[in-house]
Amino acid sequence: MADSPKHEHKRRTVLKAGGTAIAGLATVHPVASAAPDRVEATAVPIVLRVNGKRHALTVEPRVTLLDALRERLDLTGTKKGCDRGECGACTVLVDGRRIKSCLTLAVMRQDAAITTVEGLARDGELHPVQAAFIRHDAFQCGGCTSGQIMSAVALIDEGHAGSDDEVREWMSGNLCRCACYPNIVTAVRDAAKETRS
Amino acid sequence: MRNFAYARAENPAHAVRLVAEHPEAAFISGGTDLLNLMKEGAQKPGLVVDVNGLALTDIVQGNGFLRLGGLARMGEVGAHPVVRDRFPVVAQALLASASPQVRNMAAVGGNLLQRTRCGYFRDAGSNCNKRVPGSGCPALDGENRGHAVLGGSDQCIAVSPSDLAVSLLAVDAVILTTGPRGDRRIPFGEFQVVPGSTPHRDHVLAHGELITGIELPFSPVAARSGYLKLRDRATFEFAVVSVAAALDLRGRTVRDVRLAFGGVATKAWRSGAAEAVLRGRVLDTAAIDAAGRAAVRDAVPRDHNRFKIDLLRRALSRVLHDLGGVR
Repeated sequence: MADSPKHEHKRRTVLKAGGTAIAGLATVHPVASAAPDRVEATAVPIVLRVNGKRHALTVEPRVTLLDALRERLDLTGTKKGCDRGECGACTVLVDGRRIKSCLTLAVMRQDAAITTVEGLARDGELHPVQAAFIRHDAFQCGGCTSGQIMSAVALIDEGHAGSDDEVREWMSGNLCRCACYPNIVTAVRDAAKETRS
Repeated sequence: MRNFAYARAENPAHAVRLVAEHPEAAFISGGTDLLNLMKEGAQKPGLVVDVNGLALTDIVQGNGFLRLGGLARMGEVGAHPVVRDRFPVVAQALLASASPQVRNMAAVGGNLLQRTRCGYFRDAGSNCNKRVPGSGCPALDGENRGHAVLGGSDQCIAVSPSDLAVSLLAVDAVILTTGPRGDRRIPFGEFQVVPGSTPHRDHVLAHGELITGIELPFSPVAARSGYLKLRDRATFEFAVVSVAAALDLRGRTVRDVRLAFGGVATKAWRSGAAEAVLRGRVLDTAAIDAAGRAAVRDAVPRDHNRFKIDLLRRALSRVLHDLGGVR
């Protein structure tokens, strides 16, 4: 790679090319084609409703909602951290409730209203939680931040922002390896006041 | 992840037929455990049957019981006013499980079918009798700090991870299923099985049998119940030791009691011996200590998990003192 600069790819370009190749393979060798009833062994057409927009795409059943958002819809605000449901970086809202998008398949979320961090701002103005994270310096590297923000939006809506301890418990599904936790708690509580008033 | 076929079930009978007719099929509800197992290659279903379209999410009050739909979500059940009021141990166990996001996704039926967190089971490169029968158990003489001191065999000492399961033992829950051979009711005490010589089996369900509901009978013991979960960090972690206790007192005397443990056994572990010590006796510190000794009498520690025996006795003591108002 280093001695042939014209073959340099951005990481995401490479990942996309890889995905296409795999999809092609699966079409040639459908898995479990002997399954009874009508089952879809290969890529299937689906529609995802994200941030109020409908997207028609074709995905293999094994594609997670996270990968569909990032690699197919170019909504890279949702981050892929552990891909095991342990870090929370991939948190999105589905029908208003927060979930981990790495632990669900895109094919399972066809009838749902999905909100990602890209869908929070209104008319060019940041969501109160986004503004509070900036105001209180609630991040360093930013890797976990969109997940923290999505989780906080849901937490405030659920009514779990009553005390610092309550915020800590109900934000526990979102890890921050820069350990910005004190400022995150402050930002969430501040945003909660604003959203309520 | 190996690719697979995907089908969406139209109704419970359709779901059962799809899975029963395909030996490599698996149900998916929340998917919060199954997808991780598939990513690790520890489980490789050829067909995944999505049951999320089935009308099994309601929480309904019947004559003498509360029925949770098998697809009711953990977070919703944990926050339900009747569950919190009449089955506090169940609500507490659910809200001490996983993270808010996972509790929004995972169904109560699926929670009972999650696989062990044993690192050897989850690592497709390790031997494991539960994943590949007959391949051996590295945990017996290996890294076994998290493993069972109760209910193990010479083939498997993997811990059952569900907090909900432990709480269900304390309230006499009944599992409702539909399967290739019709519907049945399974008292939760008969639902999970110890590994013995068949460690690949976690429970008594047949292939294609679907959990449609969980019935919680109202009772005085269930109404006075609680869950204590001890973990390596304050929250969002599996139990090192947990205790579900349910108590019916007349004055200071124990009329009835249920005691179940998590984190220490190969299935959610009810201790009939500890219950027998307390039943009919005045609940005081001496009685509680005696129950603790009975609870761990058959414990078999390994190299790294001996601490669980003391921790279990102390956790039990704490729960019973709190629940019984013993000073």
